[in-house]
Amino acid sequence: MADISTWPDPIGVNLRSDPLSVEALAGPRRRAWKEAAIRGVFLCAAFISIVISVLIVFSLIREAWIFMTGVEWAKTWGQNGWFPRNGLYDMPTLLVSSLIVTVVAMLVAGPLGLGSAIYLSEYASRRTRSFLKPVLEVLAGVPSVVLGFFALFFISPQVIERIGRNGWLVIGAVVIVGYLAFVVTWARKLVQREAGADMATQIKRVLILTALVATALVLIWWVNDVAGSGDPESQDFFSVKRSGQLAAAAVGVGILTIPLVASVSEDALAAVPKELRNASAGLGARKMTTTVQVVLPAAVSGIVAAFIIGISRALGETMVVFMAGGAADAALFTSSPFDGGLTMTAGMASLATGTDNVVGEGLTFQSLYFVGLVLFILTLTLNVLAGRFVNRVREKY
Amino acid sequence: MAFTTIGDTNAARRVEDEIFRQGRDLKGSGFRVLVFAALGLSILILLVLLGQVLNDGWSVLSERFGDFWSGTLRSRSEDEKLGISQGLVGSFWIAVFVGVLAFPIGISAAIYLEEYAPQNWITKTLDIAIRNLAGVPSVVYGLLGLFLFVKLANDGQSSLYAGGITLAILVLPIVVITSAEAIRAVPSSLRESAYGVGATKWDVVRSQVLPFAAPGILTGTLLSLSRAVGEAAPLILVGAITGRLAPRDGSFLTLDQFDDRFTAMPIVIVGWVQESGRDDGFAAAAGAAIVVLLGLVIIMNSVAVLLRNYFEKKRG
Repeated sequence: MADISTWPDPIGVNLRSDPLSVEALAGPRRRAWKEAAIRGVFLCAAFISIVISVLIVFSLIREAWIFMTGVEWAKTWGQNGWFPRNGLYDMPTLLVSSLIVTVVAMLVAGPLGLGSAIYLSEYASRRTRSFLKPVLEVLAGVPSVVLGFFALFFISPQVIERIGRNGWLVIGAVVIVGYLAFVVTWARKLVQREAGADMATQIKRVLILTALVATALVLIWWVNDVAGSGDPESQDFFSVKRSGQLAAAAVGVGILTIPLVASVSEDALAAVPKELRNASAGLGARKMTTTVQVVLPAAVSGIVAAFIIGISRALGETMVVFMAGGAADAALFTSSPFDGGLTMTAGMASLATGTDNVVGEGLTFQSLYFVGLVLFILTLTLNVLAGRFVNRVREKY
Repeated sequence: MAFTTIGDTNAARRVEDEIFRQGRDLKGSGFRVLVFAALGLSILILLVLLGQVLNDGWSVLSERFGDFWSGTLRSRSEDEKLGISQGLVGSFWIAVFVGVLAFPIGISAAIYLEEYAPQNWITKTLDIAIRNLAGVPSVVYGLLGLFLFVKLANDGQSSLYAGGITLAILVLPIVVITSAEAIRAVPSSLRESAYGVGATKWDVVRSQVLPFAAPGILTGTLLSLSRAVGEAAPLILVGAITGRLAPRDGSFLTLDQFDDRFTAMPIVIVGWVQESGRDDGFAAAAGAAIVVLLGLVIIMNSVAVLLRNYFEKKRG
């Protein structure tokens, strides 16, 4: 063994006296200081998010507390509308409108988002995907004021008012399509059964089929007759408010939510291992069977998460409802999607709009924070819930 | 379906059909058409939306393009000086606030979380705070801004800096999350080889991690910038001006306007949509303003998406 203490000193560290000490490897103290300082700066930056969270909760609770201790609670429940500038803070007005908007929005965003996710993840070829997915991302980037404009000037007159005018036609069309689908599947089943049945059964089948087709024809005639009668201008099936109603805003919110539901569901579908699909195909299942009975159940908690996040987003969407919801700064209680109304978010925006200061009676300003606190708690609960579901998928595979 | 005997020609034909003639899988093709229709309908809605906006805004953009850029908020839609200049200036400064505040802080926070944070309760709290902040509705950020920067700090007066800081706070969690994702994608072999030749943690972050993660971080920051430019609800809450706003003298770069009342592109649109109930011409003006805003936002988003796809492809 050579004696290292006799070696020359190549890197300036005193190897001769202390060949492999911790100090020799740690480098100069100044460098350690610098490292610690940089780490400290990054930690501070990360800490700002906690500060912001605390500030949000603090500002909401502080002002909401003033409201809650100062308000006559009778004025927040069972009044006939939300008139914050006059001291009527009827929460059910806002809550019911929020519920209507969220439900209708999810009726749009749920099927379209999930369907898009299934197509992109299971059916689309790589090339189609690389072309179609960015289009969906463009939709995700459309500002909500644009959807507000679209909801007010297109969805409201072209879609919602038409549905209102021709309510019977729409209901009838849905019934007829559903009924025809039933008849067709039934007829297909009959035809597919073996032909060896006796005469009586054969006749019975033909008779049933004829009866089914006849009722379908009667249905079509009846709907046509009812929808055609009367003056379309004066006789609305549903009474629809002109230029802006909750339903139009809700469809707009739904369109905004499609990309979110689609991308979270797609992540969930992509997390399902390929082996499951291959095993299913190996057992002779068709593509659709594999998708519906293997992939979707395996990804179900992620899809549930996508819907919950979608609901939370729809609940928090402000501008579309503010612009196309058909109500100005106050709203009467309504439970009809064809009426104008204010959701929690739109209620806040309309109260704060136009002027620098929120004007009204004593607690008008604080009522903003009370509504904000309710909204914050609702969306936070939904988001935490969604996080649980997402984690469940992650743990499973 | 029950098949009685194998010798039954009818049954044998059907088995053959089931296996080889995919085209007869009616339910399957129906399902395929259905899920494609979901995506197709979403895209169709986007196209109709673009068409509607272009159609509404075209008259204004084609007839008085120059005046529209340099004009200000007016009370009549026929006014020749009606335009979006104040909105553009406001949105420009809001973007600057986001760039100066949210980007450095957000990226630093992401570096801490991915590179430095030990596994303890503080890190866990940070993580929970950021994730939940990302899900808070934008209007609630407006309430925060109204309380902190308008009521407490400025005696109830709305100001451009209140709007700018509020939107910077709004996009901060998005910047953190996207940057953290980009940093997580950096292969650990890069870090280890740098440590192997004696680099310190900061050396590794500066010379290996950040350059590799840069495209991903850039994508995230561009997306959050376009989000901030399109966001209206928090600005309404902090008191952006929707009605009439006296034009300012001097360059749009002067700093004294930070304390002044302000507006922004999305707010201009909201204001004009509200005015359209009284004066039809404002609908066209709003349409034209939307074309400008959408143009800005879509350009930013497309650049971000293209950038990401390019680097994804390059790195396989």
